[in-house]
Amino acid sequence: MELVWEGIKHACWLLLSGDAEVLGITLFSLQVSGAATGLSLVVGIPLGILLAMKRFPGRSLAVSLINTGMGLPPVVVGLFVTIFLWRSGPLGFMELLYTPTAMIIAQVVIAFPIVAGLTMAAFQSLNPNLRLQLLGIGASTPQLLWLLCKEARLPLLAAIMAGFGGVISEVGASMMVGGNIRGQTRVLTTATVLETGKGNFEIAIALGLILLLLTFAVNLLLTHIQQREQIRWPKPS
Amino acid sequence: MQKKFSFPTLLAALALVVTVPSYLPAGQAASKNVILSTTTSTQDSGLLDVLVPLFEKKSGYSVKTVSVGTGQALELAAKGEADVALVHAPSLEKKYVADGKLLNRRLVMYNDFIILGPANDPAQIKSTKSSAAAMKRIAASASRFVSRGDNSGTHNLEKSLWKSAAIQPKGEWYIESGQGMGATLGIANDRGAYTISDRATFLAFRKRVTLAILLEGDRPLLNIYSVMEVNPANGPRVNTAGGKAFADFMVASETQAVIKSFGVEKFGQPLFIPVAGIREEQVGE
Repeated sequence: MELVWEGIKHACWLLLSGDAEVLGITLFSLQVSGAATGLSLVVGIPLGILLAMKRFPGRSLAVSLINTGMGLPPVVVGLFVTIFLWRSGPLGFMELLYTPTAMIIAQVVIAFPIVAGLTMAAFQSLNPNLRLQLLGIGASTPQLLWLLCKEARLPLLAAIMAGFGGVISEVGASMMVGGNIRGQTRVLTTATVLETGKGNFEIAIALGLILLLLTFAVNLLLTHIQQREQIRWPKPS
Repeated sequence: MQKKFSFPTLLAALALVVTVPSYLPAGQAASKNVILSTTTSTQDSGLLDVLVPLFEKKSGYSVKTVSVGTGQALELAAKGEADVALVHAPSLEKKYVADGKLLNRRLVMYNDFIILGPANDPAQIKSTKSSAAAMKRIAASASRFVSRGDNSGTHNLEKSLWKSAAIQPKGEWYIESGQGMGATLGIANDRGAYTISDRATFLAFRKRVTLAILLEGDRPLLNIYSVMEVNPANGPRVNTAGGKAFADFMVASETQAVIKSFGVEKFGQPLFIPVAGIREEQVGE
């Protein structure tokens, strides 16, 4: 237990003293996972809406794949992305392995099924009559989608949180495709693994706490946005 | 519905995060990147954190250090996924050199492995002076032994010791951790087991474990690190010039001087002894 206290003290010290390396790693983690979450929204939300609203051959297979993808093991994603990005691999000419871009690619692969799956669930739980009503009052397709998105915003924000939470906390893929290179691809999770390996448990605990704080801060912000906009049902008169 | 809905704002903020980072394009010209495949002990000891910036400053190359087990480090180099390898498994290295996958093997430094165990030494290995005899006694008494089991340099050394003791380790007493040296020390400590560690990692962990050094100084326990260049025929895009520059740097006299003093401040003794230019048979004499 003493070790945990030492870790907490160390975390406070690292944060208060503004340790440049830790600060850099923290910001870098936020950038990589933020970018990956952003891109996974661009892919995942339209895909989720499509799966929720259209009926087409192969849809149930696609839904099953997305649902499976929601639980993709990061280390498996890391392995396959690594093989693709190897110099001898199909994308080797891009020289992307051990770069932040490679980490973002892997994290998008992890996050987009989560976002797509939760978006699909959000849209399927909307009242089907709402769509008919909106179409009935003459909404165009973009208007319809926008209004439905607004209606489903609470679960959509939950989807963003789940996607971000999934990638900021993963270590397997970032380690494999990023290589945990100091000053280049080191994020909070891989730094924690490294410090544990070195036997620097206080620093490892401190980094872990900073990661928790960061995740907490981001989720606090998103929750704030989510909960501020509670739907206010009209009072029965 | 309220007007202030900030979902678009949120999307805009995320888009900003996506586009702002200047690092996104892989950037540097390919030939400026050197991929170094190396073992965990060089990284975990902190040595590379000192040497790599020195090399980058001197040469203008940017180094991507991939620190994995020695087996994997050699395999990556043999596939042309790295430009230079810094590892510690001489017998395995020689195979890759003989196959022409790796070139120009040069010794860089050494330290030693130590056999650790519970202080009460149930297998009585402290009285033996040979590592082979110690392994025999551990197996004969079926005392617990934790192996790395990960084809790392340390694991290869362990396998060669079992071989020289003519023993196939098997049974309840033989535990394979499949993890790095630090985690393996933790398991051995927890189970009151014997294990083999490089001295640098043990020094880093000595405050956390109660394991005692029971055997050291035997010649087979030498831990020799070599640097090898990657044959450009192994795959596309091998940075031959960059790999050679790093290998040359590791054996240069200024670098060797840095290695000699590394760790003295923290541990009161150097973690590695430089041996560039010395013949392998003479190491440790």
